[in-house]
Amino acid sequence: MTAVEFTAVVLWLGLTAYAVFGGADFGAGFWDLVAGGSRRGAAPRALIAEAIGPVWEANHTWLIFDLVILWTAFPPAFAAIMSTLFVPLTLAALGIVLRGAAFAFRPVANGLAQRRAAGAVFAISSVLTPFFLGAAGGAIASGRVPAGNAVGDPWTSWLNLTSVLIGLLAIASCAYLAAVFLVADARRSQPSLVPYFLRRATLAAMAAGALALVGIGVLQMDAPLLAGELTRRGWPLIVASAALGTVALILLRRNAPAGTRALAIGAVVAVVWGWGVAQYPDILPGSLTLADAAAPAGSLEALLVVFIVAALVIAPSLVLLYVLDQRSRLASHVLGSDAADAEPEPARES
Amino acid sequence: MLYDVSPDLLAARSQMAFTLGFHIILACLGVGLPTFVLIANAIGLRRSDPAAMLLARRWSTVMAVTFAVGAVTGTVLSFEMGLLWPVLMGRFGGAFGIPFAIEGLFFFLEAIFIAIYIYGWRRLSPWAHFWSGVPVAIAGVGGTFSVVAANSWMNQPAGFVLGPDGRVAAVTPIEVIFNRATAYEVPHMLLAAYMVTGFLLASVYAVGLLRGGRDRYVRLGFLIPFVVAAAAAPLQVAVGDVAARGILEDQPAKFAAMELIAVGGPNQPETIGGILVDGKVVGGIQIPNLASIIAGFSPDAVLPGLDSIPIDEQPPTAIVHLAWNAMVGIGTALVLLGLWGLVIRWRRRDYATARWFLRAAALSGFGAVVALEAGWIVTEVGRQPWVVFQILRTADAVTRAPGVQTTFVAVVGLYAVLGVATLVALRGLQRRWAAHDVAAGGRALGDSADEGVPYGPYRPDGGSG
Repeated sequence: MTAVEFTAVVLWLGLTAYAVFGGADFGAGFWDLVAGGSRRGAAPRALIAEAIGPVWEANHTWLIFDLVILWTAFPPAFAAIMSTLFVPLTLAALGIVLRGAAFAFRPVANGLAQRRAAGAVFAISSVLTPFFLGAAGGAIASGRVPAGNAVGDPWTSWLNLTSVLIGLLAIASCAYLAAVFLVADARRSQPSLVPYFLRRATLAAMAAGALALVGIGVLQMDAPLLAGELTRRGWPLIVASAALGTVALILLRRNAPAGTRALAIGAVVAVVWGWGVAQYPDILPGSLTLADAAAPAGSLEALLVVFIVAALVIAPSLVLLYVLDQRSRLASHVLGSDAADAEPEPARES
Repeated sequence: MLYDVSPDLLAARSQMAFTLGFHIILACLGVGLPTFVLIANAIGLRRSDPAAMLLARRWSTVMAVTFAVGAVTGTVLSFEMGLLWPVLMGRFGGAFGIPFAIEGLFFFLEAIFIAIYIYGWRRLSPWAHFWSGVPVAIAGVGGTFSVVAANSWMNQPAGFVLGPDGRVAAVTPIEVIFNRATAYEVPHMLLAAYMVTGFLLASVYAVGLLRGGRDRYVRLGFLIPFVVAAAAAPLQVAVGDVAARGILEDQPAKFAAMELIAVGGPNQPETIGGILVDGKVVGGIQIPNLASIIAGFSPDAVLPGLDSIPIDEQPPTAIVHLAWNAMVGIGTALVLLGLWGLVIRWRRRDYATARWFLRAAALSGFGAVVALEAGWIVTEVGRQPWVVFQILRTADAVTRAPGVQTTFVAVVGLYAVLGVATLVALRGLQRRWAAHDVAAGGRALGDSADEGVPYGPYRPDGGSG
């Protein structure tokens, strides 16, 4: 494997991690959005906040990780993507700001009205942001982002059947992943919510499956090149994704959730890698190869050092965070006065 | 304007300046707050001091909010690198990107351990919890180094060879990271972070003291940040002095704009205030020979003027000069404020009753933020018209995507809301804490209701308190 290919693989690993962890985060926001009025939705919302509170910032750092790899290792690709996809990516960036800030403000908000406003902003931006990111991915995959400074069409590059479909698929996949994760979280701390999120996981899986089926037709029609590469080289991964997703769904329906988290993650991972395999060796399909976009050897060597440090320091730290989180060693109550003004008599914990 | 500025370029520059100017305050808090939280936490643990523990808990809540806002506004900046300046990234990403990749590591570390620290109050053992915060403080320093090294590279680009297509064709990462400006820009920014955070925190408790608070909580809340920030202030003046001389050597155009020198030569006065009109200084005060003496240690020291810089390579002088004045003026005032505190201590007076000192201290946080922004303006506007000094013009780096003027307006609106919301949230926290203190009949040192007592000797259920 060349240094360029190795860097591309790490870039894709980062993208995969963002799709899984960031995706589950966005999806949790989706379920917050559709949880209903403030009384009815209180229990699921509390579980969602508790589940993503300690990990959301680390989850979204994968995006930064990928942006810096992309601009350091494949600078012209970064320039082309960010300039042609100026509109959806600006909207995604604003969505990320609104979402993160609102999530941080919600627990410290003063009174119900402020808390509701923060919650609404958090939930809506949780749904819009993955749509714009997915649409941008669809634009790249379908060869609508040519090299150069804003050479592609600012609107039709991402407002087309393929991009919109992938944007919607992103929302559905995020919602599916999140629901599966939340089933596990509910089992740990709020068993009464298990059936609630089981039902939602099933719905989201069916929505994602339906969109994927529609997608086969849409890609044949709208992005024949991508469809061709997907059927020629990416098909084992796409088939694997469908199989993993279906098995997870069956297990969920039979109320046997052991292993569903791994299966659901596997389904998302397979799609991301199916995309990667399909467009290899291009980074901008039809316009720019990885080799042509690659920065000089010195840049890639510097990145290699960064990757080694990341593997030695960041990976174990992340494991520590997730282990502490899963063992309930991280409590989300400190962020304010959870109970202080929501209930007259705050429960004291010892 | 000395050179053509298209509306799109102006919008892109304004958006970048606005979002960066917003983020830089949060970045300073992200670097400074963990250190202050850990100092209070360590005092609380070592001396079994409930007031220090309460400060550590409350400051860590503030840290959680400001870190979250800083994380997302920082994400926006990394988008904007490409959204606004695709040519800069497309051509120079292979060199310029490297310090950012290192920054990414530190940011990851910060995000992980800040979560463990903030969410670990209740469930981790006291010292394990303390140590989980230490990587956050260290990563803040490393992150500052990396990001400012990237900015230094824009001022003193090094460590690369340009290919025929205008793209970086060979890179020596060490030379990129340790460019000529890194040595003076990095410590300057780092000290600024501790000063901004320290004086901002001290301001809050100075107001508390002025309102009659006299207990250990409010005293410590003032003393910890004030002592650190006041100690950083004279160091900052020294580092700034070195930086100015570095700029004199590396970027004479920026230096001439800072000092408002129209015609180079010896016996340059120090100009305070004033602007250049047709090559002449109008308004302001001039102290004869002082600029030559400070920069060159002699009235005869020859300083460069704008007359030696081609007109299309000159930065805007008025804003650079006035920002420079503001930064130096405020920086000097903050040093004097620290000395004032020393005098009070030396005369064995109680600072808590020195009302004029406290009034000045109450303004120090705002002053430090203004100085921070002013210094940032000197660095960035003083580099214009270049984005990569003497290699790539800002005008040639900007995106061709339509709509930058629209996004600029949207971003200003959104950030205005964000800024207000942040202040409202922090103010709400403060009010709630005050209410709890009243309800507890004094400082709520042992009360878990407001932020959930973590652990340690002050458990409300009677532990070892």
